[in-house]
Amino acid sequence: MGDILRALTDPALGEIVALTLRVTGTALLISTLTGVPLGAALGLARFRGRSLVTATVYTGMGLPPVVVGLFVYLLLSRSGPFGSLGWLFTPSAMIVAQTIIAFPLVAGLTMSSVASVDPALRQQVFALGATRWQSSWTVLREARIGVTAAVVAAFGGVISEVGAVMLVGGNIAGQTRVLTTAIVLYTRQGDFALAMALGVILIGLAFAANALLLRFQGRTR
Amino acid sequence: MHVRHIVRLPILVLVLAACASATQPAPAPPGETQVLRLATTTSTADSGLLDAILPVFEARCGCRVDVVAVGTGQALEIGAKGDADVVLVHSRQAEDKFVADGHARERFDVMHNDFIIVGPRDDPAQIAGLAAAKDAFEAIMNSQALFASRGDKSGTHSKELSIWSSLNVTPTAEMPWYRSLGQGMGETLVFADQQSAHALADRGTYLSMSDRLPNLAVLVGGANLGENKDKALLNPYGVMAVNPDLHPGVRFDLAMQFIDWLTSLETQAKIGSYGANKYGQPLFYPNAGR
Repeated sequence: MGDILRALTDPALGEIVALTLRVTGTALLISTLTGVPLGAALGLARFRGRSLVTATVYTGMGLPPVVVGLFVYLLLSRSGPFGSLGWLFTPSAMIVAQTIIAFPLVAGLTMSSVASVDPALRQQVFALGATRWQSSWTVLREARIGVTAAVVAAFGGVISEVGAVMLVGGNIAGQTRVLTTAIVLYTRQGDFALAMALGVILIGLAFAANALLLRFQGRTR
Repeated sequence: MHVRHIVRLPILVLVLAACASATQPAPAPPGETQVLRLATTTSTADSGLLDAILPVFEARCGCRVDVVAVGTGQALEIGAKGDADVVLVHSRQAEDKFVADGHARERFDVMHNDFIIVGPRDDPAQIAGLAAAKDAFEAIMNSQALFASRGDKSGTHSKELSIWSSLNVTPTAEMPWYRSLGQGMGETLVFADQQSAHALADRGTYLSMSDRLPNLAVLVGGANLGENKDKALLNPYGVMAVNPDLHPGVRFDLAMQFIDWLTSLETQAKIGSYGANKYGQPLFYPNAGR
């Protein structure tokens, strides 16, 4: 208990939690705004090369985060193609890495939930005179539980991720230190109690965010 | 492979573009705080030394110092790619190579401390009090007592390998008593504490963690730097500004300002007194010699 108190009263904690939410929140927002439409399109449309794109998205769902981290590191390094941005070891690099990890999860799970909506529904809506966009929207609404699950899964995947953000963020105190990398640091220093306290906070955050998303899911029903 | 790249590239561009509008890029526009990026070893950061001295520099230069604390090998690699402005590390050979390769123009002495050999209190390899690290390593190997290696290309790891090579031994994973962890100093010490293993450690990190390592004792190296009889265990730290000729993006002037400050009499005195109250001895001994 004393260690949880020590962690809770640590002045750095607020910064760490705020950065964790900012980085993961931004990555999740970008992945949702791009991943849901792409997943819906893949679930509904039939076009040449669709199976290739599908396979790519599914592969992306299983990308090892630390490899994503390495990939982003080399891209953003001053010696890499995007070096002039100066993003390596800043929150922007962490957002890029987390977005690449989250995007296929959102797109892939959206795709499968949209594809599992009864095709008869679409035909019915068409018969009622709906446009293509209106019918797609109807199907997406019908699949909202799966789509919410996609966002929840992506959130859980990135907020708990450590390898990629450690590589591209550098775990800089006050700048790029998030909950997971702080836990690694305290563990390395043998301060297991503080590490564990931060772990409890991380789990609490994840629980709160999921509860919030599930409420949203229920409300639209 | 090709196809996947083609598919992913537009996605990446999209992501990069989206992030550009979401957050500010690092190079600060004029008027904002300048940032000096320091790549250094875990020992300088974890010991608390940097936290104790850096605020003075930050106040003086009106800038912010971002500390990336990794192993020496990785810190030098970060510098060699131009991703840090200045590096503070401890592996003399690797530092000289860094300068020889043109990544820095010059290396400056900063401070030193020493390495010690820690192990189980009951001393299964009977090395307590040996003068030379080399002899202790040989005894550990001959008694097949567990040895935990950093295995991460850090300064401590390269020191350990140089001691093994002085015995004409190349430790490998096949040796059942040798554990190459690939982890930092803290994790390695915790491993040694838990698994009754020996380890080569920098004294500073050991001292700062010793209350959490109940099963370990200093077996070679004595109670402080003065008692360490093996000069091969000396651990010098050097600082280098990354060469702007090779990496135009680095903040060379600010890096040199940092080096001037780090090697100044005032800062050197601060380094020499850091930890003296808490541990009864300094964790680092200044040796910029200015």
